[in-house]
Amino acid sequence: MAFHSEPVAKPRIVVIGAGMAGGRIVEEILKRDDRMFDISIIGAESCATYDRIQLSPVLAGEKTFEQIVTHSQDWYDLNGVKTHFGCWVQGIDRDARRVVLHDGQTIAYDCLILATGSDPIRLPLPGADLSGVVAFRDLHDVDLMQKAAEAGGEAVVIGGGLLGLEAAYGLAKRGMKATVIHLVDVLMERQLDEAAGRLLEKALAERGVSAVLNAQSEAILGETHVEGLKLKDGRVIPASLLVMAVGIRPHVEPAKSAGLTVERGIVVDDQMRTSDPFIFAVGECVQHRGQCYGLVAPIWDMCRTLADVLTGKNPQAAYLGSELATRLKVSGVDLYSAGQFNGGDGCEDIVFRDPARGVYKRIVIKNDQLVGAVLFGEAADGGWYFDLIKKGESIGEIRDTLIFGQAVTEALAGVDPNAAVAAWPDDTEVCGCNGVSKGAVVAAISGGADTLDKVRGCTKASASCGSCTGIVEQLLKVTLGDAFKAQTGPKPMCKCTHHGHAVVRQAIVEQGLKTIPDVMQALKWETPDGCSSCRPALNYYLLCAWPREYQDDPRSRFVNERNHANIQKDGTYSVVPRMWGGVTSARELRAIADVVDKFNLPMVKVTGGQRLDIFGVKKEDLPAVWADLNAAGMVSGHAYAKALRTVKTCVGSEWCRFGTQDSTGLGIRLEQDTWGSWMPHKFKMAVSGCPRNCAEATIKDFGVICVDSGYELHVGGNGGIHLRGTDLLCKVATEAEAREYSMAFVQFYREDAWYLERTAPWIERVGLEAIKAKLFDEETRKALMARFLESQAVFQVDPWAEHAPQSEPAKVFSPLADLRSEKKEMAR
Amino acid sequence: MSGDLALQTPPLTWLDVGAAADVPYQGARRVETDKGAIAVFRTVDNDYYAVMDKCPHKGGPLSEGIVHGRHIACPLHNWSFSLETGEAVGVDAGKGCTPTVPLKIENARIFLGLR
Ligand SMILES: Cc1cc2nc3c(=O)[nH]c(=O)nc-3n(C[C@H](O)[C@H](O)[C@H](O)COP(=O)(O)OP(=O)(O)OC[C@H]3O[C@@H](n4cnc5c(N)ncnc54)[C@H](O)[C@@H]3O)c2cc1C
Ligand code: SF4
Ligand code: FES
Repeated sequence: MAFHSEPVAKPRIVVIGAGMAGGRIVEEILKRDDRMFDISIIGAESCATYDRIQLSPVLAGEKTFEQIVTHSQDWYDLNGVKTHFGCWVQGIDRDARRVVLHDGQTIAYDCLILATGSDPIRLPLPGADLSGVVAFRDLHDVDLMQKAAEAGGEAVVIGGGLLGLEAAYGLAKRGMKATVIHLVDVLMERQLDEAAGRLLEKALAERGVSAVLNAQSEAILGETHVEGLKLKDGRVIPASLLVMAVGIRPHVEPAKSAGLTVERGIVVDDQMRTSDPFIFAVGECVQHRGQCYGLVAPIWDMCRTLADVLTGKNPQAAYLGSELATRLKVSGVDLYSAGQFNGGDGCEDIVFRDPARGVYKRIVIKNDQLVGAVLFGEAADGGWYFDLIKKGESIGEIRDTLIFGQAVTEALAGVDPNAAVAAWPDDTEVCGCNGVSKGAVVAAISGGADTLDKVRGCTKASASCGSCTGIVEQLLKVTLGDAFKAQTGPKPMCKCTHHGHAVVRQAIVEQGLKTIPDVMQALKWETPDGCSSCRPALNYYLLCAWPREYQDDPRSRFVNERNHANIQKDGTYSVVPRMWGGVTSARELRAIADVVDKFNLPMVKVTGGQRLDIFGVKKEDLPAVWADLNAAGMVSGHAYAKALRTVKTCVGSEWCRFGTQDSTGLGIRLEQDTWGSWMPHKFKMAVSGCPRNCAEATIKDFGVICVDSGYELHVGGNGGIHLRGTDLLCKVATEAEAREYSMAFVQFYREDAWYLERTAPWIERVGLEAIKAKLFDEETRKALMARFLESQAVFQVDPWAEHAPQSEPAKVFSPLADLRSEKKEMAR
Repeated sequence: MSGDLALQTPPLTWLDVGAAADVPYQGARRVETDKGAIAVFRTVDNDYYAVMDKCPHKGGPLSEGIVHGRHIACPLHNWSFSLETGEAVGVDAGKGCTPTVPLKIENARIFLGLR
């Protein structure tokens, strides 16, 4: 290298910009040689380097800032890199080879690397300087948005591209009403064709994001703080927060003022060198072969090239440009686009549509090569298509099946789908987001990372946008061979087996396994009779699969279900009688009061689900308490069971001046339909009489909001540790339909979810679209309901009545023997 | 209370506490004593064990737990204990022990060795 420096001192590298490219180039240099240079990095943001891509999940509350830091202050310190965070480079003195910071400090360099990223474009609309108008670029912006969202209200996002949609989704998840204003008539038009754009619009609407298309912004309204956005056509959209996400512009100051060649971005050659041989540039600030990039994949290529050049590892290394692929980071929306999807001269399209499942795929072929792909609803094959695009090989042989994806194509071609991956050279990039090579993933797997989670943990591969998950899994298969095949589920159920829940459920149905020992035998359980986590799960799976034939195993049930009451910390129990829809009567209240007196019970409490919970019952008294409550006509509330708990209601049209329908009545009927049904986890419902939602139906597993024209059905809400609002399933006109949907939904959940998986994580896992696909198909819905009713015919029995004191099983509620001195006789 | 029930002087008195068949398979029954309740278990292999019915963690009634192999999972926080030694096993190994009680079966009756 031709650095002019003192003979003993190391050449000094100074990096301007501690963003994704800045952090990365330092890491790539150190990886190749950690002694060669004296490195300093200057960053205008006051925090260390983080994964900017992940700001979207941070905004949506799906990740914390700590989780997205890629290079912490500690990391820089450990590697001997001098940091100047919160410092701004004001000027570059190329003759003296030093940079000048905002506070006048100067730092000398032998080699300078610009990684200044880009700036968000701000439309020069009237009112653009009002408070409450923000961009979506850095942590500071996310902070502002989070604070605004805490106050609730309405947010407008200008720009329906990747960034704008992620911002709007994040704000909607944080409880704002979010509207996206987009100039043209298709969302993400640079990545999507019209059909996929429409599907996306629908999927976003379900997540609380509405879109106004073909809309031109005219002015931002407000006195000091934004109050709304006025469109050219006169419409005014109210907003207390306005996000501009209309694009980015390479940040070319201070390169420009230093006299470097700058066009749209800082012009660099194939070795990332600017017009000054001692100054290089990487990241979004560069313009390479006329092209500026706004995604990270090219950044990793650039950084690798530059590190090879600077360390002399490969002085001839060259960056030749990058193909781009995009994935939208909105939970539950599977969307992938790569290459040229808009076709053009000489291009042919192959399109696949399955409206019922909300799946749309389109691939573009030119001269016998794959040149583009748009996937919506099912995007797992994105990485495979992208790889074919990058390779540019002839696809003639597989053209017929290409649209059906990798598994089908390779199976029909008789190829082992893993063979191709196995043949990749080690330096092939697997994870574009984090720049992880195949070699690094294989090394991690050989080093003991034998699951996807572990590989993510130690290489970060597949931990960001997830598009390479399939490839990482293939590498696991290739590297571990049979050891991986044995691990058939994503995660084994427990230590007694290799199998995951999905495999076990499937085996029970397909192999007709009808007892717990049968399952353990067939699936080669490693313990004689399982453990306290697999046995309750197997018991549930069996009774769900064979409601009429399976003999319930109380010994594989948790104590609460075995004793039909809630165990409390002192070993006593609490009992909750069912109060249908939350309605009670003087007679019931009197019976409860009498039980409290008779058994000297210390407390009665109203539960969150509008029922009365009676505490402090001794185990041996349980059968007698139930008998007394039964005598007054009450049955068990199943408050202890993985089953339907309560249906919370408001008073609705019967009393409330806002009520639109009989919410109490509907709640009672829903409870009567579904009580007693065993489920993978507890299950709660609610019915509100109008959108004021007094029964809080939008944080329930199944919620109904009555409106003038019918019933809005909501699913997947959870008020637990991880709060989750519901997704709107659909709207129906009649109460009969609302009940039918509720039963079909419950049954699909019963048949599909894993034991102890509540509806909220279940929906996140399988996707709302999958649920809609089932329930919207009339035949499937009716079949689900029929299976539900079939199981209800067996399970709708009151356990309290079955175990009344006279009954045989009640014996086990009393001690086997009582040897206490005051009662010497045996009590059996 | 723990040491009181160990095999020590004075000699054990074997007390008939009930029919073996009255303890459910893979389940438990309680025997109340002046020293606290004892849980009598029957395992998947039809072996019988007795331990003090009080989890060393927070006092959970072990007799209400799930019996698996020769182990019992406490109903309150799911620690597992060996029925043979009373020691906590698995992830919670080393954290606690519930005293075991001598037990023998004769003529289909359960006898506990008490002092
Ligand atoms: C919310 C969001 C979501 C995104 N999602 C994706 C995605 O899913 N996939 C994808 O591929 N890409 C995504 N991107 C784009 C991706 O984050 C960028 O391509 C990438 O961060 C660019 O890296 P960079 O280092 O060039 O710029 P940056 O990461 O912006 O880093 C530049 C740094 O330089 C600092 N700086 C600038 N000028 C100076 C100066 N004079 N002195 C000191 N410091 C200075 C800046 O403060 C900044 O910290 C997303 C971007 C955002 C904002
Ligand atoms: S949700 Fe509506 S109908 Fe029900 S009580 Fe509240 S305001 Fe009245
Ligand atoms: S009381 Fe037994 S595990 Fe906590």
